[in-house]
Amino acid sequence: MLELQSVSRHFGGLKVLQDVSFAVPAGGIFGLIGPNGAGKTTVVNLITGLLPPTSGDILFNGASLVGRKPHRITAGGVARTFQNIRVFKEMTLLENVIVGMHARLDYGPAGLLLRLPGFRAAERAARDRARELLSWVRLDHKADDIADNLSYGEQRKLELARALATEPKLLLLDEPVAGMNSAEKTELMAEIRNIQSRGYTIFMIEHDMRFVMGLCEHIAVLNFGRIIAQGGPDQVRNDPQVIEAYLGRDDEAEVAA
Amino acid sequence: MEAFESFWAVYSNLVLTLGTNSLLALSIYLTLSCGMLAMANAAFMGIGAYSAALLTMNAGVSFPLALAGGMAAPAVVALLIGGPTLRLSGVYLAMATLAFGEVVRIFIINTEAWTGGALGVNGIPPLTAWWHVALGLVLACLVLALLRRSKVGRAFEAIKLDETAAGLMGIDVNAYKMLAFVLGAMLAGLAGALNAHLTFFIGPNEYGFDRGVEILTMTILGGINGLMGPISGAVILTLLPELLRGLADFRNVFNGLILVLIVLFLPRGLWDPARLRGWLGRRS
Repeated sequence: MLELQSVSRHFGGLKVLQDVSFAVPAGGIFGLIGPNGAGKTTVVNLITGLLPPTSGDILFNGASLVGRKPHRITAGGVARTFQNIRVFKEMTLLENVIVGMHARLDYGPAGLLLRLPGFRAAERAARDRARELLSWVRLDHKADDIADNLSYGEQRKLELARALATEPKLLLLDEPVAGMNSAEKTELMAEIRNIQSRGYTIFMIEHDMRFVMGLCEHIAVLNFGRIIAQGGPDQVRNDPQVIEAYLGRDDEAEVAA
Repeated sequence: MEAFESFWAVYSNLVLTLGTNSLLALSIYLTLSCGMLAMANAAFMGIGAYSAALLTMNAGVSFPLALAGGMAAPAVVALLIGGPTLRLSGVYLAMATLAFGEVVRIFIINTEAWTGGALGVNGIPPLTAWWHVALGLVLACLVLALLRRSKVGRAFEAIKLDETAAGLMGIDVNAYKMLAFVLGAMLAGLAGALNAHLTFFIGPNEYGFDRGVEILTMTILGGINGLMGPISGAVILTLLPELLRGLADFRNVFNGLILVLIVLFLPRGLWDPARLRGWLGRRS
């Protein structure tokens, strides 16, 4: 569904990503893991069009995403959440989710200014759908609250509902459990499984190993801008390079001890 | 009735200025509600005023057509300058649009053959009747209210709160910024055209930096949490110098002081439904 072909991204002389290639198959949960600073968020920023790659190509269902504006990529079926939560804090939960449906509300200026039946129907359908999406993440009872009043974990779930409102085929989650306690993590894990079982493909970035191992069927490991391992959870867990990246080499361990 | 007639004879100009200033405040509200601090509204007002005045005086067109011209001309200019300037943000956008205002002023001064240069345009027919202003204001409010409660209003708000996130929600950020900018230019142009046919005379210095700051002050004072904000700000700042005639010379000092106080104590402006609800809620 999503394919990165030897993608590189340099910031000046800094090579943040070098020759990154992997393919996300449709239907599953794919995890990209790696230590802090490995370049994980840059990967998501490249896919969603916030940054152009220095070289390489990114294909979504066979079509290149490189050079497309972010809103076109979203309209094409790719949605994301952010590591540092970016909900619209002064809006209600319902409004947040309806903003996500922007590109799907295709009434024209005439319908809007004359409040034609098509406009009313589209707005009503959007509100109903938004409540349904909020119920998926169990926030429907707070639909009319201001987003800023939500707890951290709830704001993450709101972001999830908002991303789903864009009707994506592929959902990118940028460190979905960052800053959460373990109860919130377990809850979100269930939420993500639920969403996947509704037919969405999920691509997540994470460095919480346990979380990723428990959720993902496919995992790629990024370290210093390069993919160092790919495969199923067990294969990755036992890969010597991965162990080295996460735990350090033996001689360093001895020095530390 | 007689009392009203004598009141109207003295104050009609002031009452109609309330209307045109409200239009100006709404024009900058549009760009502010989309998260842009664009300071070109005084210049757009000037372009509208000159276009409409020259249309009625030189081309002899009917008043409604002149008003339409006074809205179309700044809209076209906004489309042209919006491309390069709207990609700027914050203070840089304010600086670029202020510079544009200065360009317009100097352009008017140096095209004497059309605009009368620094001497301005004299003898504009006083065609603006009270109901022109009232109708213009009502229509503007109606359109803005309809936009607010639709995907356009939500897109503006989303862009104001977080531009990057808005883009990733499928909103064409550049297109909506341009829409806000062009609609704002049309409203400012309408205000300029109405004002020109009210005051008999227009000159290039009426549409400079001072006017731009005055328009911004009205809207910041009122707040941008609804259409009532800019309008109440415009009404207050138009009436204040009349109420405090002794202070009239210090008007700009006063405006500045008000702006500072508002930013310090009521950063969301006078008209803030959320705060009003909070106050009412606490009392009950």
